[in-house]
Amino acid sequence: MKRRKIDLAQAPVNFAKGADDRFQGATPLRGLLNKVFPDHWSFLLGEIALFSFIVLLGSGVFLTLFFDPSMKEVAYDGEYLALKGTMMSAAYESSLNLSFEVRGGLFMRQMHHWAALLFMASILVHMARVFFTGAFRKPREINWVIGVLLFLLGFFAGFTGYSLPDDGLSGTGLRIASAIMLTLPIIGTWLSASIFGGEFPGELIIGRFYIAHVLLIPGILLALIAAHLGIVFKQKHTQWPGPLRTNENVVGERMFPRYAMKQGGFFMAVFGVIALMAGLFQINPIWLFGPYRAAEVSSASQPDFYVMFMDGLVRLMPNWQIYIPIGNGYSIPPMFWPAVVGLGALFTLPMAYPWLEARKLKDKRSHHLLERPRDNPERVGIGMMAFTFFMVATISGSNDVISDKFHISLNAMTWAGRIGLLILPPLAYYISVRICLGLQQHDRQVLAHGVETGIIKRLPNGQFVEIHQPLGPVDDHGHPIPLEYAGWVVPKKMNRIGALAPAIKGFFFPVEKPAEIPVSPAVGGAVKREEIKSGR
Amino acid sequence: MTSDTPARRRGRVFSRRRGAPGRARRRLGAAVRMLAALALAGGVYTAFTPGAFAEDNVQLSAVAQEGKALYDTSCISCHGRDGQGVTERGPSLIGVGSASVEFQVGTGRMPMTRQEAQAEEKPPQFDKAQTEQLAQYVQELGGGPEIPDGPLVADIDTDPEALARGGELFRVNCTSCHGFGGGGGALSSGKFAPALHDPTAEELYAAMLTGPQNMPVFGDNQLTPEQKKQIITYIKFQLQEEKDPGGLFNLGRYGPSTEGMAIFLVGITLLVFTSLWIAGKS
Repeated sequence: MKRRKIDLAQAPVNFAKGADDRFQGATPLRGLLNKVFPDHWSFLLGEIALFSFIVLLGSGVFLTLFFDPSMKEVAYDGEYLALKGTMMSAAYESSLNLSFEVRGGLFMRQMHHWAALLFMASILVHMARVFFTGAFRKPREINWVIGVLLFLLGFFAGFTGYSLPDDGLSGTGLRIASAIMLTLPIIGTWLSASIFGGEFPGELIIGRFYIAHVLLIPGILLALIAAHLGIVFKQKHTQWPGPLRTNENVVGERMFPRYAMKQGGFFMAVFGVIALMAGLFQINPIWLFGPYRAAEVSSASQPDFYVMFMDGLVRLMPNWQIYIPIGNGYSIPPMFWPAVVGLGALFTLPMAYPWLEARKLKDKRSHHLLERPRDNPERVGIGMMAFTFFMVATISGSNDVISDKFHISLNAMTWAGRIGLLILPPLAYYISVRICLGLQQHDRQVLAHGVETGIIKRLPNGQFVEIHQPLGPVDDHGHPIPLEYAGWVVPKKMNRIGALAPAIKGFFFPVEKPAEIPVSPAVGGAVKREEIKSGR
Repeated sequence: MTSDTPARRRGRVFSRRRGAPGRARRRLGAAVRMLAALALAGGVYTAFTPGAFAEDNVQLSAVAQEGKALYDTSCISCHGRDGQGVTERGPSLIGVGSASVEFQVGTGRMPMTRQEAQAEEKPPQFDKAQTEQLAQYVQELGGGPEIPDGPLVADIDTDPEALARGGELFRVNCTSCHGFGGGGGALSSGKFAPALHDPTAEELYAAMLTGPQNMPVFGDNQLTPEQKKQIITYIKFQLQEEKDPGGLFNLGRYGPSTEGMAIFLVGITLLVFTSLWIAGKS
């Protein structure tokens, strides 16, 4: 009997053929795998958010296995000695048990929290990239709006998660949230009572926040992230201007294999950084905060950094209360302006920005090429104005810690914040617009006159001239013919245009051999590269 | 005149003894008796009541005298003669007790560098013996709270509940200024609650007992000595000994503000460099 021969090399082919016969996947898959992505480091910032969201989902599922979202009062009888016998809610108890008794539980909790901070931080950095390079312009306005919504949802996901352990710090945060709801005229009391199920804190809020935190918000987040990525797929990624790159094409790498492998590697890196931080840096030591009691508020009670701007605005708001003598009388507390109006404005204005800018510039075209920030000084100015406002508010959110550690009077910090909030953003606008214009001018100057060589030449008549290296052709007198600005980096140093030998690549040690210098056949044989001198 | 006048007067007194006293004599006698009574009363008073300046050297103990010598060279310009205080410079020290001196001088807060919102901790100007001498002097000036003898930290092995009780008392009484992790916190106008990373049990006890700088006094009727020891136990065992899981660094335990810094300085920085590296490999 002859043994049947199995050709191992042929096995994947047979498998793929079988699969394609049944599902007809080859054609769409080829399109997908061959999809081209432009490559630039700044395009990877959004991926940090995507990957930390994946880490959030994974670590979050682990935490739900041990967390008990109940406000039932129990006496703690666990490993942690310093709380033994203390009365606390079951939610707090299960968070403590998760930290001290579940194997790897504290690491997973810290990983979840660091991943949440990284998620929000990378969204901010990614948004800044998209804004300053004009990537939000038509046809991508909707994706920009989705991005802002993702930040807002992340904000609420973070806040509900921060509240779940029911420790002293999260209870203080909840108290502030309830106070913000109460500032709403007319409906405030009703809103707070309906969310907390009566008077703050009630016995329902942890269970309600839990379902919001593990089901509602992540569900919407997931849907919006899918939409966000789907739109990027459909509309294709923007690219920087450069050789061969136009508004109609995409120059880059195919999705498979290189781009996918890079992304896989980057996911590992993001995962690694989160795990490293979770293992090295303590975050949110809930066992020190103790169970929430309304009377116990620690100093340095702050929200996580992405909510801190709101806390800062509340801290800076002067004590201006408005009374409305209608009926029994209504009042608008000062906190209403920063917390409700401020938060509303800080999310709706960015959402409207793409259309506002297009309207002002009367620009109805589609843009697939990015703009260097300097080429749109107005936008950079507005962005820097918003950024400065956000930073002053965020710093004011931790002004007690800063004033304590840097020995500044807290009152001085508050006043500096108030004045800074009004003065610094316009200043930032002015300075950044001027910087952009200066950079533009320098680009044009180099294009018109060439690169400064740093060589000063003395002419026979005693005159000194600086020698410029033209970037393009020259006219009859040897003067460079001015070049058109192409929207991309203009070389400004001689070694950018090959005055030095090619740089040796490699991070710790040279891993690549220096590139061979191309030799013109006309010269005949290898020539030694010589340093450019003044010619004497 | 001075030598013979008394003799002549005496002679006259004896010679006129048996006759009826004249009016002048009666008056003279009354005046003399009055003078004698006054002299007697004054003499007795002078002999038995303490003098204005003679007293100090008599009553101060030897240690306190050493302390007074230090006081008179280093403290008197602000706290005044005999610890009576100087307006707008330094408060009276009558009744502050030795506990206060041991805290303020022992931690270097006194003598103060300059008049400001709050005395800063600095290397002590006096050694332990000198601090005790000063404390003894102030104690003898007007009494006041003293640090009790004996251990100030509860023994966790025999009294395991002390730690949890101390933690609860710490959160109720201390965290609103010193922070949940004892990292310290800001008060208004440049005042602050210092960090609790390094004070000794004695310093913690003395601080609670006397309320130095801007700290309220936690007298024995507010926190019993037992409760004070429980709080000290919590600070010593839980906050100072780093019995604190969750990584190598606790980021100063200043709460979310340092965590926010860390995610940008460490997380985002590392990943931006990673993305530069990955994108550079095309």
